[in-house]
Amino acid sequence: MNDVMGIIKTGGIYEGLKELTISRSSAAIPFGGRYRIIDFILSDMVNSGIRNVGVITQNNYHSLMDHLGSGKEWDLDRKKDGLFILPPYVTTKNSGWYRGSVDALYNNISYIRRSIQKYTLLSGSNSIYNTSFDEMLDFHIAKKADITVMYKKMDFMDRANLSKYGIIDMNNRSRIVDIEEKPKNPKTLNVLMDVCILERELLKELVEEAYSRGRYEWVKDILIEKFNKLKIYGYCYQGHWDYIDNIKSYYNASIDMLKSSTREELFPANRPIYTKIKDEPPAKYKGSSRVINSIVADGSVIEGEVINSIIFRGVNIKKGAIVKNSIIMQNTVVGERSELDCVILDKDVCINSEKRIIGQSNFPIALPKKMVI
Amino acid sequence: MRKELIAMILAGGQGSRLGVLTKNLAKPAIPFGGKYRIIDFALSNCINSGVDTVGVLTQYQPLLLNSYIGIGIPWDLDRVNGGVTILPPFIKGKQGEWYKGTANAIYQNINYIEKFDPEYVLILSGDHIYSMDYSRMLSFHKSKKSAATIAVIEVLPSEASRFGIMNTDDDGSIIDFEEKPEKPKSNLASMGVYIFNWRILKKYLIDDAGNSLSKNDFGKNIIPFMVRNGERMHAYPFKGYWKDVGTINTLWEANMDLLEYNPKLNLYDKSWRVYYNNPALPPQYIAQSSYVSSSVISEGCMVYGDVDHSIISTGAYIGEGSIVKDSIIMPGSIIGDYVEVNKCIVAENVTIGNGSKIGLNTRNMGSSKKLPITVIGQNIFIKENSIIERGAIVDCNYEEKTDIKKKAEEALA
Repeated sequence: MNDVMGIIKTGGIYEGLKELTISRSSAAIPFGGRYRIIDFILSDMVNSGIRNVGVITQNNYHSLMDHLGSGKEWDLDRKKDGLFILPPYVTTKNSGWYRGSVDALYNNISYIRRSIQKYTLLSGSNSIYNTSFDEMLDFHIAKKADITVMYKKMDFMDRANLSKYGIIDMNNRSRIVDIEEKPKNPKTLNVLMDVCILERELLKELVEEAYSRGRYEWVKDILIEKFNKLKIYGYCYQGHWDYIDNIKSYYNASIDMLKSSTREELFPANRPIYTKIKDEPPAKYKGSSRVINSIVADGSVIEGEVINSIIFRGVNIKKGAIVKNSIIMQNTVVGERSELDCVILDKDVCINSEKRIIGQSNFPIALPKKMVI
Repeated sequence: MRKELIAMILAGGQGSRLGVLTKNLAKPAIPFGGKYRIIDFALSNCINSGVDTVGVLTQYQPLLLNSYIGIGIPWDLDRVNGGVTILPPFIKGKQGEWYKGTANAIYQNINYIEKFDPEYVLILSGDHIYSMDYSRMLSFHKSKKSAATIAVIEVLPSEASRFGIMNTDDDGSIIDFEEKPEKPKSNLASMGVYIFNWRILKKYLIDDAGNSLSKNDFGKNIIPFMVRNGERMHAYPFKGYWKDVGTINTLWEANMDLLEYNPKLNLYDKSWRVYYNNPALPPQYIAQSSYVSSSVISEGCMVYGDVDHSIISTGAYIGEGSIVKDSIIMPGSIIGDYVEVNKCIVAENVTIGNGSKIGLNTRNMGSSKKLPITVIGQNIFIKENSIIERGAIVDCNYEEKTDIKKKAEEALA
C-alpha cells in the first residue's frame, strides 16, 4: 500500500460523549487500558503500509497533538511523508473553523495536492478495529471503482438500533444503489464504517466541487449526491468493529475487551496497535489484591478487588476498595474501602476512602477528568 | 563537540556465573523485573543524571544488546551531539584484538572519548540494579578535587570478600583498595561506578596497556596502582538500593526485592523513570480462574492460573490451573495448563508443557529460603508432564529426557 495516503478526520462533536470530551476530542478518548481511540485507525493504516497520514483536527486538539507528537510511536517520523497534523487556521479565505469534513479537506487541499500517492484512504476516528486495508484496495482496483466504502453487515443487531448510522443498499455486484444517512427505518443492515478509498485526484475534484457549491458534508453532499453518477462500491468488513459515539457504546466496547475473542481480533501478533509510550513499570499486585476477569495496564498498583474491569496505566486501587464492571483511566486513585460498580472514571480522578458509586450496565456513570469525590 | 562528562558502560562480560542464562546473550541484556533488561538501569541513570553521551562497550554475544539499544531512542539518547554509541572491538592496523579487560576496553576506545574532549569520564558496569544520580557524585568529585572517585556501598561484613573493598580515612580519601580480599578491613564495597579526571586516567590506561603483566582490569590493576601512586582518590558513599546481579542467586533475590510491599528500589518514581525498549503489546489480562498475589506482572501477559510472589514478564502466558510461586518468568514464555513452577527462573521464550512440575522438591531440602533455584534456559521446550527436579539447570530441550523423568515420577508416586 505504498501508493496510498491516509487522512483521518477527528473533527466531530459528540454530545453523547460529553463527560469524556470536555478536555479532548473524541479521537483522543483513552481506550482499552493504554490506548486512545485514534491509535486503532492510525495503527491499521501503518500496518497496511501507509506512510503518509494527515490528521485533521478541530475541537480541543491539544491532547490529541500531545498524544501523536512527531508520530514516532507509529514510525511516522519520516523525512519523506510521515505524520501531518492539520488543525484549522485563519487566512483571508477561510474562517479558521471547519464547517464540515469537506470544508476541512478543502482547507488542506494543498496537503492533498502535494502528496504523491495515487490513492487516498479517508477515515473517521471513532472506530475500534484491527484490519489491514490491502484487500479493500485490491477490491477497489478490481472493481474499477471510483469510490469504495467499507461497511459492516450488522445482522446481529435489531434494525431499529441502526438509525444512528449511514446505511447502504447494494446490487448483487456490490455497487451502491442507495445511501441513507441516519434513517428512521433503515432499509438494510449494511452500516457505513466511515472509511473509504478513492483516487487522490478524484478526492480533490469532489472536494473542490462540493466546496464551490457551499456543501461541506462528506456523506450527505458527496456520497449521497454522487452514487448515481460515480461507481461507488461497498466492501464488506467481516471482523470485530466497535463505533464509539456515546458513553454507552464506549462502555460496551470497553467491557467487550474482556472477551478473549475480542482481544484476539484487536491484538493479533502481526498487527500491533501502537500508542504513546509512558515508560511505566509493570503492574504490581500487593498482598490483599484480588483481580478477576480484568484488563490491567502497567504502572498500576492494586491492593483492592478488581472484577470485570479495565484498569489503565498508573491507576492505584487501594486496600479494601472494590471495583466492579468499571473503567478506570490513567492515574486515577480509588481510595480505601470505596466501592464502584458500572462507573467510568476519567484520568486523574480521585475517589476518597469509603465512597460508593453505583451505576447500571445500560447506564454507566461517567466522572470527568480530575474530579475529586 | 566538547562534553564535561561522558559515560562508558562496560557491557562486554559473559557473566559466566549466570550459566545457562548467558548462553546466548550478554549479562547486561538479561531480562529483569518484568519488563526491563539489566542495562536499562545504567542507561536510565545516565539520562536521568543529565549524562547524554554514553559509550556501551560490547563483546560477548552482542547481537541482542546491539539491537535492543539501537540508537538509544527509549532512553532519549538519540542525540544530535553525543547520544549512545555501541563500541565493539575492532581491527586496528593489520590485526584486531578483543577487549582483554575492563581497562583495556576503555584504552582501545581512547579515540571515541577524545572526540568529546571530556574533563571527566564516568565508568559504569552494565550489570548492576540501582538508581543513582551521577550528577551528585560528580559534584562530590569536583569538590574533593579528586583524580578518581569511587562509589561505595556498605555491605554485610560476611559478604565483603565478594567485592572490591575500600579502606578510607576520615575525610573519605582512599588509602587502600583490595579486590575480593580474604580478610576485608572494611565493609565499604566498590559499586563499580568510577569518575576519573580523563587526563589522569588516560595516562594510567596507556601505561597499563604497555605492561604485559597487567590483567588490564580497573579493580585489579588501574585503581590499586593509582592508590599506590598516591593519587587523590575518594570514596563516594551511596545510601540507596544497589545489587550486583552476577549470580543466579543474586539475580533471583534482586527480582524478589521488587515484590516487597514498599521495595527499596522505587520503579514508580515519575521523576526517575527506568526506561526500556517498549514492545507495543496490549495490557495484561487476568482471567476469572486466576489468583494473583504479591506479584509484578507486565504488559501482554495472559494469566489464567495462580501467581504468588513472582515476576511475570512481558508477553508471558500462565495457563489454567497452573501455580507459579517464588519464580521469575521471563518475556514470552508459555507456562501450559496445570503446571507447577516453584522457585524457578524460566528464561525467555520457554514453553512448558501441560501438567509439568518444575522445581519439584523430590528430596526434603529444608526451608524455602535455602532451597536451590531451578533454571530453565532460553528457548527451551519442555514436554508435557515433565518433572524437573529442584535446583536443576536445564540447557537443552527436555523432550528426550522425559522418559527418565517419568520413571522418577512413577517412583515418587
